[in-house]
Amino acid sequence: MTTEDYTTESNNTLRNNGPEIDPNDPNKSIESAWDRHRFDIKMVNPANKRKYKIIVVGTGLAGASAAATLGELGYNVLNFCFQDSPRRAHSIAAQGGINAAKNYQNDGDSVYRLFYDTVKGGDFRSRESNVYRLAQVSVNIIDQAVAQGVPFGREYGGLLANRSFGGALVSRTFYAKGQTGQQLLLGAYQAHSRMVDAGKIVMKTRTEMLDLVLIDGEAKGIIVRNLVTGEIESYAADCVVLATGGYSNVFFLSTNAMGCNVTSTWRASRRGALFANPCYTQIHPTCIPQAGDYQSKLTLMSESLRNDGRVWVPKTKELAEQVRSGAIKPRDIKEEDRDYYLERIYPTFGNLVPRDVASRAAKRMCDDGKGVAQTERGYGVFLDFKDAIERDGEDAVRSRYGNLFEMYERITDDNPYETPMRIYPAPHYTMGGLWVDYNLMSNVPGLFVIGEANFSDHGANRLGASALMQGLADGYFILPYTIGHYLAQVPKAGFSDVKRPEFTKTKEEAIERLEKLLNVNGTKSCDVFHRDLGYLMLDKVGMGRDKEGLEFMLKRVREIREDFWENVSVPGTADGLNPSLEKANRVADFLEFAEVMVYDALTRSESCGGHFREESQTEEGEAKRDDEQFCHVAAWEYRGPGQEPIRHTEELTFDYVKPSQRSYK
Amino acid sequence: MSGTLNFTLKVWRQNGTKDSGYFEEYEAKDISEHMSFLEMMDIVNEKLEAENKEPIVFEHDCREGICGSCGFMINGQPHGHKSRTTTCQLHMREFKYMDGGTIVLEPFSAKPFKVLKDLMIDRSAFDRVIQSGGYVSIRTGSAPDAHSIAVEKDSADKAFDAATCIGCGACVASCPNASAMLFTGAKVTHLGLIPQGQTERYSRVQEMVNQMDSEDFGHCSNFGECTLACPKGISLDVISQMNKDLLVSQFKG
Ligand SMILES: Cc1cc2nc3c(=O)[nH]c(=O)nc-3n(C[C@H](O)[C@H](O)[C@H](O)COP(=O)(O)OP(=O)(O)OC[C@H]3O[C@@H](n4cnc5c(N)ncnc54)[C@H](O)[C@@H]3O)c2cc1C
Ligand code: FES
Repeated sequence: MTTEDYTTESNNTLRNNGPEIDPNDPNKSIESAWDRHRFDIKMVNPANKRKYKIIVVGTGLAGASAAATLGELGYNVLNFCFQDSPRRAHSIAAQGGINAAKNYQNDGDSVYRLFYDTVKGGDFRSRESNVYRLAQVSVNIIDQAVAQGVPFGREYGGLLANRSFGGALVSRTFYAKGQTGQQLLLGAYQAHSRMVDAGKIVMKTRTEMLDLVLIDGEAKGIIVRNLVTGEIESYAADCVVLATGGYSNVFFLSTNAMGCNVTSTWRASRRGALFANPCYTQIHPTCIPQAGDYQSKLTLMSESLRNDGRVWVPKTKELAEQVRSGAIKPRDIKEEDRDYYLERIYPTFGNLVPRDVASRAAKRMCDDGKGVAQTERGYGVFLDFKDAIERDGEDAVRSRYGNLFEMYERITDDNPYETPMRIYPAPHYTMGGLWVDYNLMSNVPGLFVIGEANFSDHGANRLGASALMQGLADGYFILPYTIGHYLAQVPKAGFSDVKRPEFTKTKEEAIERLEKLLNVNGTKSCDVFHRDLGYLMLDKVGMGRDKEGLEFMLKRVREIREDFWENVSVPGTADGLNPSLEKANRVADFLEFAEVMVYDALTRSESCGGHFREESQTEEGEAKRDDEQFCHVAAWEYRGPGQEPIRHTEELTFDYVKPSQRSYK
Repeated sequence: MSGTLNFTLKVWRQNGTKDSGYFEEYEAKDISEHMSFLEMMDIVNEKLEAENKEPIVFEHDCREGICGSCGFMINGQPHGHKSRTTTCQLHMREFKYMDGGTIVLEPFSAKPFKVLKDLMIDRSAFDRVIQSGGYVSIRTGSAPDAHSIAVEKDSADKAFDAATCIGCGACVASCPNASAMLFTGAKVTHLGLIPQGQTERYSRVQEMVNQMDSEDFGHCSNFGECTLACPKGISLDVISQMNKDLLVSQFKG
């Protein structure tokens, strides 16, 4: 198969290879689609599984769960991460929780409701079949995690507790205090460790993927750098799985870990994989506002806080000014002088509106001069727990959010039990990613993409607690089946070999690029360029975007990139540990990738979810979609440095959830 | 408005495991008290990079105190003097009392943790301890409904507390014997307190302790330095729990 097999010749339209769905035919209903599909696809004979080798890049929730499950099935897994241990993947930092349609609270939840909420939350820009499957397997994830010993929060009766998250009217979020990601990842890491012990996973830590190797157009291996010895190594396999997370660090400051990068997906894209919806990024409403230019990252305060915290700003600019200067304390502002704007504008969902809506509302308040952060621009709003503490007592609030409050105090030196938190939106998650079909395979045969790295399930906006769900759904319950469909058809297990010329050539190119970086010998640290790019991206391709700003960025990104290649200083050598080189290599990729993000944002002249085009809003200032023109996925094909990429599309059809103007009022 | 601070950083530089290493001094000037310790290091490093000099190598990733990547000795203490804090969550306001003084940075030192470069060490021994048995053997897909297993809230909470270990290695670095009892005990306790972990409870503790010993971690010194150094405040109870389980396992043969 090639890209062309996915596209019909005339119009660049992509096919997702999913099962046929017809709401009027019970035998082709969405409820039975995944079952039917599993029956229809090819399978690998259990005895043959041990003959196949699978490369999995990444050990986050998606990568670790996939590697463990593939190992259990009998495949030989070669697994990579750039940290010193698989347990340190960025998933570890997820705080608030994971959704599942268990309906343990008996509050009317169901698979269909989770499906509905996710499609609507994504502003009708995701694939119904994928989302339905996600909602279906969500329940298995909780079972699996509990059996592994993941210590979810429990009630006194010993049963599992739930909380609510934005965009939903039911309580379906499972959590382990504010460390849900840590506990789920450790569960997956333990399952993974068991397979390492069994010899089914060979784990390569401190190893960074630099490029993808194709043989006859199919993904058959990768080129990596051993970060300790500096050695450039080649690995061959029967197929490749990327589980390398999202690209929020294109904004320089984000809530992501410092090492999060776009390198593996961007390099794959340069080799022919289509990059879908790169402009769909999520700006999370509740983060600690930036304090100064020295700042290296932004810290998220879990969305779960919006269960009990009330968001407000002073009603007048004058009061806000007094708060900023410290002349008046937030708690001294009278009730009638406060504007609980989310509760006011969205009475039904109140503080629990989806993230994109909450973020834009905060920005609007601050643009109006009502920001309360004690920084130069004053961009920040209050998240106040006073009422919750009065209602439930300080201990109850502590037991729910203790570690988050501690973290907040450690960073800001303010005690949130006594004074409201100050929060502001920050880049957090990327819905865009490599295009995949229903089998989670990209348009490059043999290249599978899972977790945040793919584009699949969240449309234009992700609901809280759904990323952990998707990463684990992909890794535990979807990829392990669908990968067999490809493997059962590949010519011969073991056909891929690092001695083949394709490996030698790709390796040489990777070495050349690193040498080029080391030989620029400029005078500016790589951070200078990254910061420059990031601030501009946030300003022009962040919460609000317009034509003028985007056209400016097309030019500006190129200029920064050129400047980088002339003036960056990368000290040290390529043989041995060299964090400056690692960083420069990642920033160089962000500088290329940013361009396709801008193209995507520019062509999609509608607003949808997290993609807000100033030109396309309702009278009330909400995102206004244009379903006539844009009810599709945009997937970009790389054509060479500085060249405009080709835009492919996949039409989206909504047979179950009828697209409407989203309303959370 | 907040003031700024100035420090001399006396930093251990070592180019690879075999190098003998030396201290070098750097000036950290006009440091905002709201910066984190690693943000101060970023500023020093950014300057070094611009001068085409190799920056100080230290490990870090999440900068939220959860991934366990960061950590070195700050004035002789793992993660510095502030209790229950990782290096990345340590803020310079805690160093106001030392304004103008010298802060000493060294890598965690312990036999099983060799230095890779400067402040970066190899902690892969921890992974091998978990691989030896720190899990519940449950195949994907074979789990019963989550509510078929009720867990008493008290045990669930204690298991959770033990499970919050971030695997940073501060416990080992603080122990005069370089013991990994707190790390290993935390996993043994997490899985040993809940019903799901019972079947393998006693084989698990034996395998993990054997692996720990073969990695050259020392015996418990009984000083309790580890729990004081632990950024997550893992309690010494996990060590007594592990010792109890080990004893029972020996009777079981
Ligand atoms: C602060 C924070 C809180 C969050 N809270 C929640 C929450 O409560 N609920 C929720 O559902 N979601 C939450 N999210 C989102 C969620 O955590 C992520 O989307 C999810 O964990 C991503 O998992 P992943 O497995 O796809 O990738 P990651 O966990 O990012 O893992 C990526 C892996 O790829 C490896 N890798 C990357 N690049 C390379 C390379 N070039 N070479 C080799 N290896 C590479 C890394 O080493 C790592 O192992 C949160 C995110 C943040 C930032
Ligand atoms: S960098 Fe993750 S714990 Fe400090």
